[in-house]
Amino acid sequence: MMNAAIQTNFARLQIVKQKVLAALRKGENYELKTELNSEYKERRKEAVRRVIANMTVGKDVSGLFTDVLKNMHTDDLEIKKLIYLYLINYAKTQPDLVILAVNTFVKDAEDTNPLIRALAIRTMGCLHVQEVLDHLTDPLRKCLKDPSPYVRKTAVMCVAKVYNLSPAVAEENGFVEDVRKALSDANPMVISNAVTVLTEINEIAPGQNVWRLDKSSVPVLLVAINECVEWGQIAILEALADYTPQGEKEAESICERLLPRLQHANGSVVLTTVRLLLKYEKYVHRADLLSQFTKKMVPPLITLLSSEPEIQYVALRNINIILQRHPKMLSKEIRVFFCKYNDPIYVKYEKLDVLVRICSERNTEPLLNELKEYAREVDVDFVHRAIQAIGRLAIRYESSAEKAVKLLIELLQLKVNNVVQDVVVVLRDVFRRYPQRFADVVPTLCEHIDFVNEPDAKAALIWILGEYSEHISNISSLMGASLESFLEEEDEGVQLALVNSAVKFFLKNPKQGQALVLKALQTATEKCANPDVRDRAYIYWRLLSADPNAARSVALVEMPPVELESASLSPALLEELITELGSVASVLQKPARLFVYKKADKAGVPRDTDMESAAGAESGDSNVGVSGGGIDTSNEGEPELLISF
Amino acid sequence: MLSAVFIYNQKGEVLISRLYRHDVKRSVADVFRVHVISSPTSVVRSPVTTLGSTSFYHIRYDNLWLCAVTKNNASAAMVFEFLYRLLGLGVSYFGRFDEESVKNNFVLIYELLDEVLDFGYPQNIEVDTLKLYVTTESVRSTRALQSDALATIPQSITMQATGTTAWRRNDIVYKKNEAFVDVIESVNLIMSAKGTVLRADVQGQIVMRSFLSGMPECKFGLNDKLVLDRDPASGAAASASASASASGSTQLGRRQGGMGGFGDGESVEIADCQFHQCVRLGRFDTDRTISFIPPDGEFELMRYRTTENVNLPFKVLPVVREMGKTRIEYEVLIKSNFSAKLSATNMAVTIPTPPNATKCRIKVTGAGAGKAKYHPEENAIVWRISRFQGLQELALTAVVDLAPMTKPTPWSRPPIALDFQVLMFTASGLLVRFLKVFEKSNYQSVKWVRYMTKAGSYEIRI
Repeated sequence: MMNAAIQTNFARLQIVKQKVLAALRKGENYELKTELNSEYKERRKEAVRRVIANMTVGKDVSGLFTDVLKNMHTDDLEIKKLIYLYLINYAKTQPDLVILAVNTFVKDAEDTNPLIRALAIRTMGCLHVQEVLDHLTDPLRKCLKDPSPYVRKTAVMCVAKVYNLSPAVAEENGFVEDVRKALSDANPMVISNAVTVLTEINEIAPGQNVWRLDKSSVPVLLVAINECVEWGQIAILEALADYTPQGEKEAESICERLLPRLQHANGSVVLTTVRLLLKYEKYVHRADLLSQFTKKMVPPLITLLSSEPEIQYVALRNINIILQRHPKMLSKEIRVFFCKYNDPIYVKYEKLDVLVRICSERNTEPLLNELKEYAREVDVDFVHRAIQAIGRLAIRYESSAEKAVKLLIELLQLKVNNVVQDVVVVLRDVFRRYPQRFADVVPTLCEHIDFVNEPDAKAALIWILGEYSEHISNISSLMGASLESFLEEEDEGVQLALVNSAVKFFLKNPKQGQALVLKALQTATEKCANPDVRDRAYIYWRLLSADPNAARSVALVEMPPVELESASLSPALLEELITELGSVASVLQKPARLFVYKKADKAGVPRDTDMESAAGAESGDSNVGVSGGGIDTSNEGEPELLISF
Repeated sequence: MLSAVFIYNQKGEVLISRLYRHDVKRSVADVFRVHVISSPTSVVRSPVTTLGSTSFYHIRYDNLWLCAVTKNNASAAMVFEFLYRLLGLGVSYFGRFDEESVKNNFVLIYELLDEVLDFGYPQNIEVDTLKLYVTTESVRSTRALQSDALATIPQSITMQATGTTAWRRNDIVYKKNEAFVDVIESVNLIMSAKGTVLRADVQGQIVMRSFLSGMPECKFGLNDKLVLDRDPASGAAASASASASASGSTQLGRRQGGMGGFGDGESVEIADCQFHQCVRLGRFDTDRTISFIPPDGEFELMRYRTTENVNLPFKVLPVVREMGKTRIEYEVLIKSNFSAKLSATNMAVTIPTPPNATKCRIKVTGAGAGKAKYHPEENAIVWRISRFQGLQELALTAVVDLAPMTKPTPWSRPPIALDFQVLMFTASGLLVRFLKVFEKSNYQSVKWVRYMTKAGSYEIRI
């Protein structure tokens, strides 16, 4: 009874609440409505401002459509722009009412002031309403031939808007043809906007062959690029990058003409130029030219590292890709990648990655010192990566192993929890690469056994104990202590390592190890819940009881050394990313089709599902050796040491 | 191309939302807020966030988040360049670019956003040009009067906004034609505790303020090694001609005393340089001539970088000893390494202390050694020296007491950081050799040059 009463009351309250809210909302819009119809100009102006302010914060002001429209016919440019903004936002929801505004637009498009003409044509295109299209065609046609270049460049851009809405209308009215003609306009901005529009149309309708750069149009663009604003230069560079030059001579001359772009202050102009040069490498065969290109690319790329952190980040991600094509390119410049203390963390990660990648045997020493500094910083993840990097260098260059191990032991002695865990894991890998070479540091390592508490690190340490048992004086008590906590230890990696190491210790030193191995195997087989651990223990037990020599050849075998190379991209993906330097794909280091869906797929579903099937197909026919999909599987199965993203 | 641009305040409330294309809805603004601004992990792991098919790019400034949205495989570098340009535009228009100024000027910001991007493609973001026709309230009214009187004005504005010299009007007249050149260098250093230079480079910036009539053709010369080496004769001739006309008004005047830091005959190896878009890059590429028609007023003519033979203005010798767990002793010796005629100003040395420091006893020695104070909120001793003469030595000693910690964690020992500026000194050794101005009317012009070196990130590890 009670409950029912409460529920009805609650329901009533809800209704009241909604009513109040609705009234409130209506209240403000009602007030605005009155204001918009005020006889005073200033009050109407203020009301329009408030409408836009409400729109910005996400309130629904679409109900005021007709009232706002009433104010559209005004000489006040500010009000006009605000109302246009309103229209752009709500046109789609009220297509029938938009028609009411069309007259003003058409009139504005014939204004004497080019700014107003351009504004009208720009806004009309943005409305994105089919009904407006018919009214747009005439003014657009006029504006495309306007004497003012400002209006022309706006009109050219408007063609892209029309094409997006209806390719048929754009074609029928000859707008696409007009844009093609605009490529030979006298004004550089009109040209670059035309290039932009044609590129976009090509993307929308790839089969139509609306526009292709050819030998005759390339020189025009090469001239125009010198006069364009930076954004126009990017558009032209991108178009040229997608062009296939006719023969070597042309490729050479294009590259030479564009080399100066590397000196541009805008980082994306630089990156796009680099992308073009790298892409053209396959067309140019003269070795001297190629090496000149590479030489010219290096300084601007490094200069990008002194720009804003976000641009640095994009540059570093791209340098990482470029280095996989030209590994030697930056080997002299290693010091510029040293991290500053205040670099944002994402910049530090990338720098670290590049450092390890470009390090040669000659400069391991300074880099190792540097890495040790990083290993003492605060960010746990960065420290982890720095320590991994030390290990990687030790494994790659034998000459540096000594120094690296010394550094690692120094770090260990700092007794910082996360550092200790990481160092132990890395030391295990180094020891595997150089068996028995660093036996003398094992006792020092054992002094820090109490600080080792992460499962990975524990497993690594126990492996080291088993491998180097003869160098450790108190080995029985250490192993015994670990065995005590065998069952409390839930991680199967640690348990397996314990079983293995106990067996190894016994095989090397039967007298001391007998009790230990018995205890280990007993606990593992009788009390352990994990079937893998139990199975492993049973196998060892039988081996030991049947044929100790066989056991020896199984347990005491030397393990293959760990390979710890930087995660590299598959050749196909690398090829793809090189052609898309500077783009989102290059930043994510994933092929574009994984996060972009084409307009052609009307379904409008991101092709994530496709991606999965593609990846599946790839691993399926990996024996063919062609990795069609983008996901890099070459490193699967290896410990992933650097999570590069 | 960009699909949308949003500006948020600190809390993630949308202050400005402008959609450019119909492939996104306004609600994506909320997606970014939920996933990035109010994400529980406080550290941003990447300035690019891709969720499904939508990519968000953000930069932070003051208490604002500027965010751009794309749906295609856009050029990330371009988007960030654009966002920073937008930021610069805001700063230039409103003096400050923060939540308050965005709220107060939202109408103007929408006008600007409408102008700088069309259908998501950047158009013209030159502040000087935009200010001609997208104007703040006060300017607007006078401008409106003018345009009533002269209907031709918009015509010329639009010509300029799209023209080959989009950065300059052609009808500028000055009574006195002057050009000021400021060479501003930031010197970056990472030095190890042992005093080895791990990394040193100079980021230079040449800022020009031009008050020149008409369409002046400028030629600009530096003591660039590549130019001087290739053609020593012309280099000598140029400097000879410069000194020959020393009495004339075209001589590069120096506003402050002589160049103390370096000899005039030396050349500098420039590792790389970038130019303002007014500079003809083709010319530079063929014969390293810097030629241009400058914008009116202040602009950054070029940026450059040198890595060889950096004159480090200060040498720091730090000794930091951790005496057990309760005390740290500091001895920091700083030597200036430039001519005694010059001096550094506004110098600040930040010496980090552990978070559990309780008390600092600090002593500074040397003439004009300034003041050092412990700032617990920054975990550092900040030593301020108002004037640091050339070839001078100052020292600081400090004893820092530490509070015992329940869970002892070693101190990460962040580096000592220096901040300073030295006038009439360039860490790279760069010199302006000449600035020539040619104009149709053949007027005389006066040119001035100043040099300054300041600290970029000047870190000495301890």
